[in-house]
Order: sequence, then structure tokens, then C-alpha cells
Amino acid sequence: MTAIVNIFLKQGVLDAQGKAVFHALKSLHFDTIQDVKIGKQIIVDLDTQDYNQAKEDVTKMCEELLANTVIEDYTIENIK
Amino acid sequence: MKAAILQFPGTNCEYDTQYALNKLGVQTTIVWHKDTILPKDTDFIVLAGGFSYGDYLRCGAIAKFSPIMNSVIDFAKSGGHVLGICNGFQILTEVGLLPGALKRNDKLHFISRHHKLKVISNNNSFLNKFQINETINIPMAHHDGSYYIDEISLKELYDHDQVLLKYVDQNSHDTSPNGSTDSIAGICNKNKNIYGLMPHPERAMEKLLGSDDGVKMLEGFFST
Repeated sequence: MTAIVNIFLKQGVLDAQGKAVFHALKSLHFDTIQDVKIGKQIIVDLDTQDYNQAKEDVTKMCEELLANTVIEDYTIENIK
Repeated sequence: MKAAILQFPGTNCEYDTQYALNKLGVQTTIVWHKDTILPKDTDFIVLAGGFSYGDYLRCGAIAKFSPIMNSVIDFAKSGGHVLGICNGFQILTEVGLLPGALKRNDKLHFISRHHKLKVISNNNSFLNKFQINETINIPMAHHDGSYYIDEISLKELYDHDQVLLKYVDQNSHDTSPNGSTDSIAGICNKNKNIYGLMPHPERAMEKLLGSDDGVKMLEGFFST
């Protein structure tokens, strides 16, 4: 199975890269732009067909290594 | 005194740290991260600066799983003195031995220059030779040194006298060159045996090189 992990800085933690890109897009006259957030996406391949086990394993990976939950939130999507 | 200086792949301040400690008469051993035990009679551990594991994923995130870290955690939990400088500080927060986290500098610049720091607390082994509010000149060199801690944990830091050093400007007013919460440059744990700071005291050992204020800092650990 494969799982997609998305990691972003928590609300209230300044996303300096997102802010810099936001201003760059503004200066390119994309006037509709309201906000930019930059995070990372990690695609994990797993040697199991068990959805629950995959979800449990990837959650543990996020808690122990993939995300720093002091400053980051994570979501696990598309386990299939 | 015997100090162990940890060396991960990508560490680059281990020899500066060794120079600094040797200058103070401390015996040093550089310990490779794949070792599982510390040298016999180690009574001080330094996690030196650099870019362990190329800062992959997050600074310090992968180093925390190095084989030597179990011994470091045991040493720290039994009250041994541990100092994390720069990347070492990042590793200690990732391991959970120190609260908070270090993130990308607010203005996205790698900042490499001497900076004034103000001593906030001297009731600890690290800064006991300084007066409170004394200012010192120590180099900083980092891209990911913006200290972040949430409000509740920040209050706890102050309540337990764990804020050690702040960045200040030429007039000794708090400033935050990297966006650190409350201008914090260095902290310790509640038990005051685990220390972390982003600036580099080991690079401030010779007046000829701009400052020797690091001598007085590091001496604190060895003069009791």
C-alpha cells in the first residue's frame, strides 16, 4: 500500500517561506492571491494490504520522525 | 574532567569544540555516532555544531536515532551535564531533552556574524561566572535557529529560570535576528543539567579572532 503524508507548520507558527513566496506572487501581479503555505509531502510505500495496519504504522512514523509536532501538523491521505 | 564530543555525519564543529575544551584543560574524546557507549568516566557531553545528516527532513531529526543517542539520553537523565551547540541544540529539542523547536530563520537568511547576547540567568553551571544582564559577544552561524515555543511552555521556561541567553542589539535591547520567540538564544532543562544554544561559544576562544567570551562560558562547567 501507499500513503501520502502532508506536513505543514501549525497555525500561528510563522511560515517564512510561504510568506516570501506570497510576496513574490504579489509582485508578479497575481492579485487574487490571499495566502501561501509551504509544507512537504512524503510518499510512503508499505509492504502490507491491511488498511488499518498501514494507517497505524504511518501515524507512528509521523509522531516519531516525519513531523515535529511542536511546530508541525500532519495529515495522512490516500492510503491504498 | 573528561568530555565526549559527539560526531555525526555532517557535524563540522567537533574540532573547534575540542580545541576550546583542551584550552580549558579538559580531556576530550570525539565519539562517532555509531558507537553505543560513551568513553569511560565521561562527565560532560557536547553535541557540536554542523549539519548532521545534511539537515535532511528537519535539522537534528535523524541524528536522534543514532546509536550513541541512547547512552546520551541515559547520561542526561541521570543528571550528567550535556551541552548542545547550534545543530546540537536542534538535536536536543528533537530528542525532547529540551523544550521547543528550532525552525527556519524568519527572514530566510543564513546568518553568520558576531552577535551580542544578554545573560538572563546565572543560576546554573553554564553561566555562573557572569552577572545577570551582562552582555557578551559570541558568533552565530545558522539558517534554522529561530527558537519556537508555545505561550504556555514559554511561561514554564521563565517560571523555572530556564531562559539563559537572549539576542540583544548594540544598546542591549532585546532583538530577534532570526525570529526567535522572546529573542531567546539559549535555554536549559528544569534540572539545569541539559543546555542548548544556537550561538557558538567554541568559536569565541581567542581575542585575536574577535572574542574570547566563550572561555568564561565553557569554564563554568569545569570550575565547581
